[in-house]
Amino acid sequence: MKKLLIFASALAMSTAVAEAKTFVYCSEASPEGFDPAPYTAGSTFDAGAHPVYNRLTEFVKGTTEVEPSLAESWDISEDGKEYTFHLRQGVKWHSNDSFTPTRDFNADDVIFSFERQANADHPWHQYIPGLTYEYYSSMSMSELIEKIEKVDDYTVKFTLTEPMAPFLANIAMPFVSIVSKEYADSLEESGNMAALNNAPIGTGPFQFVNYQQDAVIRYKKNPDYWGTAPLIDDLVFAITPDAAVRLQKLKAGECHLMSYPAPADLEAIKADPNLQLDEQAGLNVGYLAYNTTVEPFDNPKVRKALNMAINKEAIIGAVFQGAAEPAKNPLPPTMWSYNDAIEDDPYDPEAAKKMLEDEGVTDLKMQIWAMPVQRPYMPNARRTAELMQEDLSKVGVDVEIVSYEWGEYLSKSMESGREGAVILGWTGDNGDPDNFLSVLLSCASADEGGANRAFWCNEEFSGLLSEATRTTDQEERTKLYEEAQVVFKEEAPWFTIAHSTTYVPMAKGVTGFVISPLGDYVFDTVDIAE
Amino acid sequence: MVRFILTKLLYLIPTFLGITIIAFGLVRILPGDPVLLMAGERGVSPERHAQLTAMLGYDKPLVMQYFSFLGRLFQGDFGNSLSTNKPVLNEFLTLFPATVELGLCAIFLAVIIGVPVGVLAAIKRGSWFDQISMTSALVGFSMPIFWWGLLLIIFFSGYLGWTPVSGRISYMFYFPNVTGFMLIDSLLSDQEGAFKSAVLHLILPAIVLSTIPLAVIARQTRSAMLEVMGEDYVRTARAKGMPRRRVIGVHALRNAMIPVITTIGLQIGVLMAGAILTETIFSWPGIGKWMVDAISSRDYPVVQSGLLLIAILVMVVNLLVDLTYGLINPRIRVK
Repeated sequence: MKKLLIFASALAMSTAVAEAKTFVYCSEASPEGFDPAPYTAGSTFDAGAHPVYNRLTEFVKGTTEVEPSLAESWDISEDGKEYTFHLRQGVKWHSNDSFTPTRDFNADDVIFSFERQANADHPWHQYIPGLTYEYYSSMSMSELIEKIEKVDDYTVKFTLTEPMAPFLANIAMPFVSIVSKEYADSLEESGNMAALNNAPIGTGPFQFVNYQQDAVIRYKKNPDYWGTAPLIDDLVFAITPDAAVRLQKLKAGECHLMSYPAPADLEAIKADPNLQLDEQAGLNVGYLAYNTTVEPFDNPKVRKALNMAINKEAIIGAVFQGAAEPAKNPLPPTMWSYNDAIEDDPYDPEAAKKMLEDEGVTDLKMQIWAMPVQRPYMPNARRTAELMQEDLSKVGVDVEIVSYEWGEYLSKSMESGREGAVILGWTGDNGDPDNFLSVLLSCASADEGGANRAFWCNEEFSGLLSEATRTTDQEERTKLYEEAQVVFKEEAPWFTIAHSTTYVPMAKGVTGFVISPLGDYVFDTVDIAE
Repeated sequence: MVRFILTKLLYLIPTFLGITIIAFGLVRILPGDPVLLMAGERGVSPERHAQLTAMLGYDKPLVMQYFSFLGRLFQGDFGNSLSTNKPVLNEFLTLFPATVELGLCAIFLAVIIGVPVGVLAAIKRGSWFDQISMTSALVGFSMPIFWWGLLLIIFFSGYLGWTPVSGRISYMFYFPNVTGFMLIDSLLSDQEGAFKSAVLHLILPAIVLSTIPLAVIARQTRSAMLEVMGEDYVRTARAKGMPRRRVIGVHALRNAMIPVITTIGLQIGVLMAGAILTETIFSWPGIGKWMVDAISSRDYPVVQSGLLLIAILVMVVNLLVDLTYGLINPRIRVK
């Protein structure tokens, strides 16, 4: 048996050498589908939106800056409400066994890609029963876009209901990937509409080949790609849910690159001569949100005192094992308009105790909510809560740690009048500061169904945010957001915990991979050394 | 015999209805709302929440939801997954062969090792073989599967490099899915090395999944054998001068097999439970991992229909086990 095993593995290895330009990525989860519009998971976008599709605008690799993609250029009207996109010409669609495109990408595809999501009566809105367009809806695209018009085959005009500066970043997001209208028409005719989700046709760097559910996704290089052609011939996603197993596969040479290593494995990865580890500050924030509508947490001085009583560095060390930056602002430092001039509250239990006494707060009892799941912005909420509990007990605050099942946690933490402070976090969708500040801290988001778990409604802060979305001048916006961060720091609706670092382990010899601040895994520029 | 089978089949009807209620109820007892889980940290407005709940039909009274679930079941409609929007039955049928392939290999390993070990331990009761094998069985039975799987991967795949880490076949092989059973499909593909790759990928997960059933079967065989060996007819046979091997092989083993077969049948349920962890560790695309994902996202249609399909399967296996008794022991048939 032993001989047989050795023989067979030797055989497997020799086959591997013969096909050198196949790049294997060990991904963490199965895609929900390949149509990016109805889904929200990062692993779904990695499998569909990024390899197969393009968007009107896209993010410059490794940054959150927006660059032209299928739209070569655009004009914005004086009032900031009309966006006219000039589309790229000569962009070819992929083909597969059942579909061969007869025309290039054009304005009809753009209009189709937006309208199928916006219009509930559109024949493609429910091409699979039960589809919903969560991003389109939660980014308020329907309310924002008044109409979309085809000016000519290569010009499309969007009219917005109000000026909205983050619009260009919004349409760089995966959910508005441009799909082929011609393909959709042919599927409608053949009665196989679900193929739009199972057998995607796009304009992106890789063509979809095949998906074996929960196991393997295969792509091949798009020979007619309009951009820079990929350096690898075949791309394989090996779906491997367990982080420890992903690492073993990487070590054994069964994949070239893996997502989400376990924090505990980082040292071993750094020490392994056959592996390399890339890192970048993540576009995220972990926080503890007080309920600012309940006594005594409605008093900013009390919140400030509590913030000074918690040892942030200890949490970074013990919970994140150093793989994070202490957070002083709600925005991560990789985001434009991050206000680095702001000073964090010092860790000073003595002063904190005194401040609490000055405010007449003694024998304070409070709850800290620890989320039951792991997230990139928070690897272990229970441990974090325990450290906070210990620190706060030193200033005479008695903390009770509570937790709920994840779905309940999300809903109960948004119930008005909620007791205690909640540990939660956020990972940016599109690299616009508005995507953090408005979603998490504006007055509008403090209402039921929002995500403002501090229930913090500050007129000045919210005013600055809405002013910033009405102007398209980046410099002016930066100033407004910097000012908003000052208000945030003074008012202290959160204890800002950390911005965790993203780590990407890969085999030695892999080049050209750029970590995306948005957490995307994109392979059009990777190569493997021979 | 026909009547025996028909009676058994009749019993399945109330069991089936019971399972539909349990499968439907169980996932709804769990706290957590699929719509909220879908929205995540972002939250969802009350209007949107109501709209989505209504679209999914979860705003109706539970009794109505149950009967509409049952009604659709009788038309063969198991519903669509909330996360992938694909028909649950399609997903089940795609993933099921992988679980069956792994399960059959595991039960095969468990039986061909477990039964002889149990018999030998019984014959040589009190010997070093008996003690070592029964202690190992106890250890095997108590083995945390996740840890055990990872340990084997690190040793055999990482350190020795004998077996691949995970998956069903090397990515170098690519052929159409004919039966869904990788061992068969790889042979049909006619690609050199494909079958070997499939076998190598199967070894570790099959060992891990067989560990607990193997331990149970070995111990059960041993105690059943010991009991039968003490029976009068065994002594009589020996007294008549029949060779020991024949007494053990024919008289004792056949009678001892009845409780063992029961145990093997019951292990199917244990296998399903073990498959959940084994499939997750070895990235094995089967229904175990599928169910876990569905439970954590509160994918009601997948959980309820998946449970139902698995339960039907276990019922069928148990029915087959009952029929096997009849073959081994004619007295059961007559009763």
